[in-house]
Amino acid sequence: MKNKLTSAIEAVSKVKDGDTLMIGGFLTGGHPENLVKALVDTNSAGGLTVISNDTGTKELSIYQLVKSGRVKRIFASYIGSNPETGRLLMTGEAKVQLFPQGTLAEKIRAGGAGLGGVLTPVGVGTVVEEGKKKIEIDEKEYLLEMPLRSNVALIKANKADEVGNLIINGSSRNFNIVMATAADYVIAEVDEYVKEGEIDPNHVNVPGIFVDAIVKVG
Amino acid sequence: MNNREFIAKRIAKELKDGDVVNLGIGMPTMVANYIPENVNVILQAEDGILGVGPKAEPGEELSDCIDAGGNYITTVKGASFFDSSLSFCIIRGGHVDITVLGSLEVDQEGNVASWMIPGKKVPGMGGAMDLVVGAKKVIIAMEHVGKNGSPKILKKCKLPLTAVNVAKTIVTDMAVFDVVQDEGLVLKEIAPGLSVEDVQNSTEAHFTVSPELKVIQV
Repeated sequence: MKNKLTSAIEAVSKVKDGDTLMIGGFLTGGHPENLVKALVDTNSAGGLTVISNDTGTKELSIYQLVKSGRVKRIFASYIGSNPETGRLLMTGEAKVQLFPQGTLAEKIRAGGAGLGGVLTPVGVGTVVEEGKKKIEIDEKEYLLEMPLRSNVALIKANKADEVGNLIINGSSRNFNIVMATAADYVIAEVDEYVKEGEIDPNHVNVPGIFVDAIVKVG
Repeated sequence: MNNREFIAKRIAKELKDGDVVNLGIGMPTMVANYIPENVNVILQAEDGILGVGPKAEPGEELSDCIDAGGNYITTVKGASFFDSSLSFCIIRGGHVDITVLGSLEVDQEGNVASWMIPGKKVPGMGGAMDLVVGAKKVIIAMEHVGKNGSPKILKKCKLPLTAVNVAKTIVTDMAVFDVVQDEGLVLKEIAPGLSVEDVQNSTEAHFTVSPELKVIQV
């Protein structure tokens, strides 16, 4: 069995110039703070694309990442809690593209699920439809939203076992589960690490096959 | 009682026992304080909770139990947690009975503009676009006029739209309107001490007056 347990520094060294990065979490909830901090402190890859629901808050290391000039493009649904992302959008220093939250989740799900895209009625008649294909089905209009994938995903879980099965509690599930399905290399920051067989299969939120590296924190 | 409390109290009367309800950030959240004793609703938070309870007491905060505004909250008996993908399946799939949302503008066709002021404030739409398109009933909660006294209920929204033709009821400190398909705005209720002329003077939109016009009771 491949040993997936590693350090934060080693795990985030997988991020290379020009990579697309998914970062789980919803504001502070379920945010992989230790992985993002390691990325900020020890990895110098630039030209990054960051996919995150909200790009976190000022108190989190993702604020420093966004501020570092290493991010050229951001996909998010809400950026009101990270003024630096708002500044990049206003100045055009980075390309910030906003999607309805459910659309962002479903684009990532499509990327992980091998779908060619999704059709959603959300955004029809608004600026969200600009540049997107509209498809009419049974007299209702939908936008074709294309799938999203990434090179690396940074996610947060409460508990992992040796094979990478994850338990994610409460409202911290948010984008962490779906992002685990849509990246070439998935790094999970976990509070607790246990032996194979010590997690009840009924309680697994993310099957271990999706997880490439586990970083135990705390 | 200030205007915001008055609006929140009136909207609370729209909720029925068993409704699945999503309350937006700000004034809509206040609606939860006024739900009648005999009405049990299931409050949803789009980061992945059904059964949101009161705010967590100081010292009782859990990092895996935050609402969509980033507040530490509790859950009620019978609550459940899920990820963003399922959360927006609930929202977009029509499983939310009522959403209450603040807005910058609303118009006589039920168009809603709530998410951005170009060049000034672009926090992102978060889950608002999905909610107003997916919920069975959309209630707009807002003060009747802006800070400078300008009407917010317009013939046609000027700001970028959140969605087209979705508002069903508008509750302000002056009036309650229903948006009726092919008919437009119907004034159903009026705040104590006001005349229809008072409402008309503060409203740009055209509206008709219900033959059963009532005084708002809170």
